[in-house]
Amino acid sequence: MSDITRDDVAHLARLARLAVSDAELDLFSGQIDAIVDTVSKVGEIPDDVPPTAQVVPQTNVLRPDETEPSLPRDVALAGAPAAEEGRFRVPRILGEEL
Amino acid sequence: MTGSELISLDAAELARRIHAREVSSVEVTRAHLERIEAVDGPAESGVHAFLHIDADGALAAAEAADRAIAEGTPASPLAGVPIALKDNLTTTDMPTTCASRILEGWRPPYDATVVARLRAAGLVPLGKTNLDEFAMGSSTENSAFGPSRNPWDLTRIPGGSGGGSSSAVAAGEAPLALGSDTGGSIRQPGAVTGTVGVKPTYGTVSRYGLVAFSSSLDQIGPCARSVLDAALLHEVIGGQDKNDQTSVGAPLPPVVEAAEAGARGDLAGVRIGVVTQFSGEGYQPGVLAAFTDAVRLLGELGAEVVEVSCPSFAYALPAYYLIAPSEASSNLARFDAMRYGLRVGDDGERASDEVMSLTREAGFGAEVKRRIMIGTHALSAGSYDALYGKAQKARTLIVRDFTAAFETCDVLISPTTPTTAFAIGERVDDPLAMYLADLCTIPSNLAGNAALSVPCGRSADDGLPVGLQVMAPALADDRAYRVAAAYEVARASVDTAPRIPELRALETSR
Amino acid sequence: MTAVTNPGVESAPYTVEEVCEHFDPVLGLEVHVELNTATKMFCGCANRFGAEPNTNVCPVCLGLPGSLPRLNGTAVESAIKIGLALNCHVRERSGFARKNYFYPDMPKNFQISQYEDPIVFDGYLDVPLDDGSTWRVEIERAHMEEDTGKSLHIGGATGRIHGADHSLLDYNRSGVPLIEIVTKPILGAGVRAPEVARAYVTALRDVLRGLGVSDVRMDQGSMRCDANVSLMPKGSSTFGTRTETKNVNSLRSVERAVRYEMGRHAGVLLSGGSIRQETRHFDEQSGTTSPGRPKETFADYRFFPEPDLPPLEPSRDWVETLRAGLPERPWERRARIQTEWGLSDEELRDLVNADALDLVADTVDAGAPPEAARSWWVSYLAQQANTAGVTLPELAITPAQVARVVALVAEGTLTNKLARQVVDGVLAGEGEPDDVVAGRGLAVVSDESALTTAVDEALAAQPDIAEKIRAGKTKAAGAIVGAVMKATRGQADAARVQELVLERCR
Ligand SMILES: [Mg+2]
Ligand SMILES: [Zn+2]
Repeated sequence: MSDITRDDVAHLARLARLAVSDAELDLFSGQIDAIVDTVSKVGEIPDDVPPTAQVVPQTNVLRPDETEPSLPRDVALAGAPAAEEGRFRVPRILGEEL
Repeated sequence: MTGSELISLDAAELARRIHAREVSSVEVTRAHLERIEAVDGPAESGVHAFLHIDADGALAAAEAADRAIAEGTPASPLAGVPIALKDNLTTTDMPTTCASRILEGWRPPYDATVVARLRAAGLVPLGKTNLDEFAMGSSTENSAFGPSRNPWDLTRIPGGSGGGSSSAVAAGEAPLALGSDTGGSIRQPGAVTGTVGVKPTYGTVSRYGLVAFSSSLDQIGPCARSVLDAALLHEVIGGQDKNDQTSVGAPLPPVVEAAEAGARGDLAGVRIGVVTQFSGEGYQPGVLAAFTDAVRLLGELGAEVVEVSCPSFAYALPAYYLIAPSEASSNLARFDAMRYGLRVGDDGERASDEVMSLTREAGFGAEVKRRIMIGTHALSAGSYDALYGKAQKARTLIVRDFTAAFETCDVLISPTTPTTAFAIGERVDDPLAMYLADLCTIPSNLAGNAALSVPCGRSADDGLPVGLQVMAPALADDRAYRVAAAYEVARASVDTAPRIPELRALETSR
Repeated sequence: MTAVTNPGVESAPYTVEEVCEHFDPVLGLEVHVELNTATKMFCGCANRFGAEPNTNVCPVCLGLPGSLPRLNGTAVESAIKIGLALNCHVRERSGFARKNYFYPDMPKNFQISQYEDPIVFDGYLDVPLDDGSTWRVEIERAHMEEDTGKSLHIGGATGRIHGADHSLLDYNRSGVPLIEIVTKPILGAGVRAPEVARAYVTALRDVLRGLGVSDVRMDQGSMRCDANVSLMPKGSSTFGTRTETKNVNSLRSVERAVRYEMGRHAGVLLSGGSIRQETRHFDEQSGTTSPGRPKETFADYRFFPEPDLPPLEPSRDWVETLRAGLPERPWERRARIQTEWGLSDEELRDLVNADALDLVADTVDAGAPPEAARSWWVSYLAQQANTAGVTLPELAITPAQVARVVALVAEGTLTNKLARQVVDGVLAGEGEPDDVVAGRGLAVVSDESALTTAVDEALAAQPDIAEKIRAGKTKAAGAIVGAVMKATRGQADAARVQELVLERCR
């Protein structure tokens, strides 16, 4: 059993910035527990198997250090929920940068 | 030539007639716009393949194509042919929503590479098609804007996530469409709507401008009503792109040539492996019967058919439902109400963190939230080794199984999906049941090789389309095209189903 | 009477000497360096400090849906060069990872960084200390990553992050290439720990400047240092709890921050308290640190391999080509120059402090003898720079021009006095030294007959002095020489005039 509890799901929701409701917590904790239980089948695989993270065959793909046009500022800001003084306006930020 | 005739023609035939100036691109485009008008809406009861239709833009592009053709300079063999675009591809002239409230109305400032290539090739974008939100799903029911419907039975799903593209092509609303396939999202919709869907080798079609779901698995590919049409579109969109550093430099396999060669109906010397793991419990009898019939037909075409075992494929579904959510949890973190898209709860008091959480809660649907949380869990320090890490190891085993199988076989085949189209609503409350729809398609995403689905007749038990999946080694997409084209010709000689459904049933039944 | 203390400024209760009676300090230094590439790490936007907000942004560095990173080859080469200069190994296969956390200045809400496999690892830097000795600082790793955007906090009393009403974001810096250089724990420095910290960052800055890969401006943030400090009781080999001090914006601050934290830790520990593992903020004004916001939970960055970028496998040839192109380490170069030019320690230090070493070296390279080159830059040119209020490198004269002036003096075309006028002309924008000589008519009068005539005229004008010279009072010749120099507007060689005066009076 994977034993994903309601508290675990609440913690995951916080980490993922999802303000889930109590009703969702009830629903999701059951579903996520069942899903994690199923996918935990990969645990059978021996540790000595090497991992595969991606299947691209090439290496050292590099871009030349040459400038390309940037977006016009009004285009960059066009989709913003709020903008001010040529910048993206966002609600106040709590805490220092990590 | 009537509109109803035009909408039933293959893209290759439409292109031939447009280039021979027997019909104009504008007429063809108008016929498809009229078909969309007739069958796509209303959202509650129509096919609902489209989230956005750009009639003016399409007609302008068609006029431009007609002009170039009149001047003797068509941009490509498909110039003038209309196409539908899955709404997770960025477009400068149409919104890109990924069928999510969080991106509703967002207008990207750039075109996806594939979109730019379509435009350059003179194709005519009609609009943006529906999908499961952020391509997460197998039925299109996870769209924030309501499900698409299967043109063969409007009470059923058209597959997913690319159900908008598959239903548009099946319903005659577009001769071609683009999809994206992360775990089967082009092939499974193709199978359940009786159309062709191709997932090219990973890295052979640029992902630049495809809103990422699971970056190491996502691949853009063609949706069509014939193998040759898919190949023609494949050649337009494929090839290396400097904007996608995972795109490979190797020349694109000669898929059009392979489709034409296959259509001559000779598979002598081709070794085809039937994956034994993809049958038995959970497989609809009518699907298995259609598949058995396909195996027989392939043998009659001269292919040598053998059974191959890929035991590690048992880990494919679990590995996929760890890797894809993990990457998704990271890819979807950018939807945070700061720079674009929805913003909820900004009352001047709440801090950014809170606004992010409220926006993501309101803007994402249940499946997206579930997967984000599963991915967050799988990557967290305490679970990484047991979950994400093991899923990567599973990927290695699956690659090894494929490598071994391709030592004895040129291609592998299976049913594309275990069942025909299920009823809308049937699996929405049971994510695990929903996930089974991608059982047979996922291994090729994990290994990054080429795979396609080609129509495989109808299931005797419900009369609905069945798909045959053909898998080929990486960069050998042409092999899958050749086998599929040969099979398509043989199948056509025994198939009696109409190419395009009448679609009267639902229009009156609702 | 109660002691008056400056509110808000806590002073460290112990000096480093007192600290080291009880404890051994352990340092760990993390330095972030912005590369001076033309473009950003993963897109073609200009990498430029000080542009109008959000004018160097594109779908990639704004993290727009569908965009993909494209790795900058020059940034990779810079990273390898830095590693080689720090005696590191270059990893045969490395790659990028995503570091996941939400913050509004980071558009994707993950930072593309390196995690388990940094491009270079296991090196060292031999750092010169003030007393001429060397301290070996071991390097754990150096890895590539991208910088974040910048936030401007609006409203509230302080304009700082706390109490702000809202924030404004500029993503010009988002995606600027960063190299993070991490030391292994620095042990055994004792009371010299603050000095070692400063000397390391100084030496690192000099190496990076020598490589030309970064502007290394701590004041502009193109070089940023985080100082980890912990104390272990004397005789123990178990590390104490560490704090990480950020916002250390100058070399001097590195030393002060380490000294302050050592004293503060000792104060807490000796009074029976325990150190909280936290991030601390250095205040330049007071020289103290204050706690950052404590993290509610242990930060779990959920690293995983970046799927959008293929791995790096630098070939041996590539690495060796880069190694062959490395410049001398700055202090090795200084030692060589000191020997070659025969400088005293003090003379060398003056050159370095005046930022004149490179200028003199370039002047020597342009053909001037070291002594003359050095003399020009540390005396006359230094005065001119001082008067103009600019640094020596900012003076409007090039080492090649100085070398030409030196050559003109050596060949006798200019006297030292004339040479200074020529330099003035160059500084005033009158062109190359030869242009100034021609333009101002400054060349020495070397025509012997003209000089002889001038001498004869001066002798005739002052017959009494001429008489004294003829009577053997050669000292009186000075007056005649002065008159000749005046007559030739200083353009004669005074020594030659002296000879001529004596000759004509013989
Ligand atoms: Mg870092
Ligand atoms: Zn950019």
